[in-house]
Amino acid sequence: MKMYDVIIIGGGSAGLAAALEINKFRKSKILLLERDAELGGILLQCIHNGFGLKVFKEELTGPEYAERFIDELHEKGIEYKLNSMVIKLHPDKRVEYANIEEGFVTIQAKAVILTMGCYERSAGAIGLPGNRPSGVMTAGAAQKYLNIDGYLVGKNVFILGSGDIGLIMARRMILEGANVLGVAEILPFSGGLKRNIVQCLDDYDIPLYLSHTVTEIKGESKISSVVISKVKDFVPIPGTEIEFEVDALLLSVGLIPENGLSEACGIDMDSRTKGPIVNESYQTNIDGIFACGNVLHVHDLVDFVTEESRRAGQAVVKYLENQLEKSDNHIEMISKDGVSYIVPQQVNVNNINDKLELFLRVQKEYRDVNLVVRSNDTIIKTIRKKHMAPAEMEQIKLKVEDFDSVIGSISISVEERQ
Amino acid sequence: MKKKLICIACPIGCHLEVDVENNYAVTGNQCKRGVVYGKKELINPTRIVTSTVIIKNGIYNRLPVKTDGEIPKSMIFDVMKQLNEVVVTSPIKMGKVIIENVCDTGINIVASRSM
Ligand SMILES: Cc1cc2nc3c(=O)[nH]c(=O)nc-3n(C[C@H](O)[C@H](O)[C@H](O)COP(=O)(O)OP(=O)(O)OC[C@H]3O[C@@H](n4cnc5c(N)ncnc54)[C@H](O)[C@@H]3O)c2cc1C
Ligand code: SF4
Repeated sequence: MKMYDVIIIGGGSAGLAAALEINKFRKSKILLLERDAELGGILLQCIHNGFGLKVFKEELTGPEYAERFIDELHEKGIEYKLNSMVIKLHPDKRVEYANIEEGFVTIQAKAVILTMGCYERSAGAIGLPGNRPSGVMTAGAAQKYLNIDGYLVGKNVFILGSGDIGLIMARRMILEGANVLGVAEILPFSGGLKRNIVQCLDDYDIPLYLSHTVTEIKGESKISSVVISKVKDFVPIPGTEIEFEVDALLLSVGLIPENGLSEACGIDMDSRTKGPIVNESYQTNIDGIFACGNVLHVHDLVDFVTEESRRAGQAVVKYLENQLEKSDNHIEMISKDGVSYIVPQQVNVNNINDKLELFLRVQKEYRDVNLVVRSNDTIIKTIRKKHMAPAEMEQIKLKVEDFDSVIGSISISVEERQ
Repeated sequence: MKKKLICIACPIGCHLEVDVENNYAVTGNQCKRGVVYGKKELINPTRIVTSTVIIKNGIYNRLPVKTDGEIPKSMIFDVMKQLNEVVVTSPIKMGKVIIENVCDTGINIVASRSM
């Protein structure tokens, strides 16, 4: 059986950044496994700009951002395999993959990094009513058809869900000559970035129907129209129906971390992030298995994925050098009022160099509030926030000294200003 | 008169207020780019355009491209029309100019990946 120091599963922005970071700090035998025909992951189909402002201090398109990392990977001579799908991961860090040339192969690693990204929720996952005629698909699938294959999936399009992919696709389809009749969002606020509402919908006068959802899909073999209704507490209100004649309905109703491999391996999952529970070193409950990027929690900015994956790469270097302290004695991070999740979920202070970066999301839109970090009743840090929304990930930095007075757990909550 | 805008210069999306009578003074921005954006959006709105062109002999049928600077918002559909007429042949290097001075905007269309 072939031996590696590190096997990385998934060659998107997370896998690329983790591989490069490990290589930078430690001469290691690294293998990156990617099931697609190219490295780069979801970035390759995101041809719009808006990537790289933090990492490169310039605004790039998805493919440009990916190519910079792929070029560096080539330059550094890091080994990777394409068209290679990982089918099983074992807790002892054996990895089984398959490709056409080699067939089924099992290899062994000292450390494994999970960077499988996420997938889009589909019609089945949200219990969409009505028929399932053709013409109903996820926004990401439509994006791939259009940007990679050059195939426009419809001329008259409606979009359910105001996630970023849906917003980006609304503009993209208009530019390619389709009519986008509207976007319906069941919540009273959009799930996408504000800049995307402005430059994808407002710029092209595409109506956004907040507190609306699709209540009927008509058509036999091919979709002919959709009916939307206003909702109150998620229940459609009779008499508010609007019908649109369409030949395509795109779904942009959320992303879910791709954790089939992780769950089958026995990795503990967080029911809120739908990703593995990790500690300050991005290590899961299984020794030597790490996770970062969208497989850990859904990110809206690739720059955050890159930074997180670099930190995970540094932790893996420490792990390989036996410098990560093993201990069950960790601090639990607890999401309190208004906070929906915090990553990492557990912290061993002895493994923090000088500071710890926490990511969290809030449950609804807030204005002029404080994010308060506490241990028991002691306030450790208060951060003033002018504006927060579920679509925007919040980042908090805690210094090692901040943990001096911490016992057992840390909680974070959204609080009114006094 | 104060106009409310959302800055789209980066994904943070600051809520700007632009005081039109007071030389377009901007507040609510978290960085300098917000000041530039707020003023320009009210005087002469511009956008980066990203799209694809047909590519022959590539691993895919489409090559992603972008404007190498911002073009007036009102020119977006004219630029799209030009792009629909372009056919290139692989290999192409990222950054290669595909259309020079597109629609007389002084801006080029460049390849946004190698293929
Ligand atoms: C449509 C869309 C628009 C976005 N827009 C922006 C934007 O404007 N600005 C911005 O900064 N960010 C944006 N993002 C976010 C950012 O691009 C992503 O969060 C980031 O690229 C995710 O990187 P990743 O490596 O975690 O996942 P991915 O890029 O999804 O990579 C995962 C890789 O793992 C591979 N894989 C999965 N399972 C296996 C397996 N079993 N075996 C082998 N390989 C496997 C997949 O093929 C894939 O290549 C956008 C995201 C999307 C989806
Ligand atoms: S003002 Fe600066 S930080 Fe705020 S959205 Fe604009 S560019 Fe981003």
